Amino acid sequence: MSFEWIQLAYAALTVFIVINYGLIMTAVVQKIGARVGGRYGIPVWQNYIDLVKNIALRSKISHGVMFYLGPVFRLTGGIGLLLFVPTIYGSVMHQNFAFAGDLILALYFVFFGTLGMALGAGESGHPHAAIGVSRGLAQVTAAELPLALAVFAISLQYQTLSITEIVAAQQGGIFNWTLFTNPIATLAAMFALVGTMMRAPFDVVVAPQEIPIGPPTEYHSAYLALMQTNRVLFPVAKTVIYMNLFFGGASNWAEFAVKVFAIYMVSVLVGVVHPRFRVEQSIRFFLKWGLPVGILAILVV
Amino acid sequence: MKDIDKSFRKDTETEFPLREELRPRSVTAPDGQVIEIDPLQDYFCQEPPKVHKQSYFKIVEDFYNWARAHSLWILGFGTGCGAIEMRPLMTPRFDAYRYGIQWRPTPRQANLLVISGYLSVKTLKRAIRAYEQMPSPKYVVGLGSCTINGGMYWDSYNTIKRLDDYLPVDLYIAGCMPRPEALLAGFMDLKKLIRKGKAEGANKYAENFDWYKANQKSVIKDWDMPDYNW
Repeated sequence: MSFEWIQLAYAALTVFIVINYGLIMTAVVQKIGARVGGRYGIPVWQNYIDLVKNIALRSKISHGVMFYLGPVFRLTGGIGLLLFVPTIYGSVMHQNFAFAGDLILALYFVFFGTLGMALGAGESGHPHAAIGVSRGLAQVTAAELPLALAVFAISLQYQTLSITEIVAAQQGGIFNWTLFTNPIATLAAMFALVGTMMRAPFDVVVAPQEIPIGPPTEYHSAYLALMQTNRVLFPVAKTVIYMNLFFGGASNWAEFAVKVFAIYMVSVLVGVVHPRFRVEQSIRFFLKWGLPVGILAILVV
Repeated sequence: MKDIDKSFRKDTETEFPLREELRPRSVTAPDGQVIEIDPLQDYFCQEPPKVHKQSYFKIVEDFYNWARAHSLWILGFGTGCGAIEMRPLMTPRFDAYRYGIQWRPTPRQANLLVISGYLSVKTLKRAIRAYEQMPSPKYVVGLGSCTINGGMYWDSYNTIKRLDDYLPVDLYIAGCMPRPEALLAGFMDLKKLIRKGKAEGANKYAENFDWYKANQKSVIKDWDMPDYNW
């Protein structure tokens, strides 16, 4: 990987586009949910207003250094996940800092934000935050297992750890996608997608109706604004990985928008028809159904 | 405090004993270290609230006020019977979400405290704590006639009459009970106040802090919390 300074500007542009895409897409998804429920729903620009409002709040309270760093780590996890993975395949501008081993790094970054958040929420001193974080970590760990196994399976299949090469191998028609060449690995990874998107039925950790509101209980104003930014950036970044690994990647922004929206809607559709799991139920679910599919994927390869 | 008649004010000078979990105590840590804990000192910030200045440029403040007006986050905290009129606002019939109104479960993320009906002295304590934990600028809406003059609880020995004596109210929605339509109309009026920059309740509270605290303490018998708790 050769480095040029212009890449920094390109990377910033990628982050900017993805954040705006995420802000609008999550609002659209909420609006779809509202329409299904017979409501009119929020305006599509509501996320922007909430963001400005939270930045504009006048009083901010800190509980310590880690409390401050928690949302920063979380956003770092989201941006890191996005920037070390090619967003647009074959594009010089949006190839980002992809390199030969980026698949392994991506697996780390998926977890990075949650760990940072655990430290920050722990320092806020609120019992709900501590309980929420421990539940969240337990659930995300269980949900990541099938993803890790699926990633091993496809890196064995393609004999590489570079996402760019995996995308390259899938070019030339829809039947070259991993979805069709390795459906079991894709299925295992989809368990993890539904499990880590923080949507129903696996959103007991942050659901406002449960132990109020979990890890972000004490977060407000600009801290919350950072976390909101991550809440729109991180799912898109994660979906980009799925798109690259299993759905043939994207060669332009239009393809990117359609594919990311479609993959994101999988977790939304699962969410609207299933009631929420408790944490021990969801862990059991992943170990019982997700893990065997992941192991099967490795064995088949 | 003209509305606080004798029968209503706390008529005793007896000190109520602190609840057990709030008493100072010493705890032995697993490694043998002895730690002195005074919950009222350790668990709360003792700093009085500050008056927060507006943004230096008027155009920036106007922009912020516009955002604040269109993103009202209500604290999910129901006090009296009025809480039941707020639930239909989320459902398809009234759908307050389309106006940028949503409910937050924690005071840290809320901007609007709706006192929904009568407020007993016991609940007043919780309302004060919730209000003080909210980040500034924050707004209070008094819902129903109970918050204006006591309403049908005028003679009650244990509910406050004028909410404005204890928390800085930005807007009252009159009625017993006001219907969800009235609430929506009230929220629209509140939005207009915010956009004009007239909803500065948090600063009013900070400026007249002593007055509010005196009023609060004159009715709450067991004041077992710091003067300002966040």
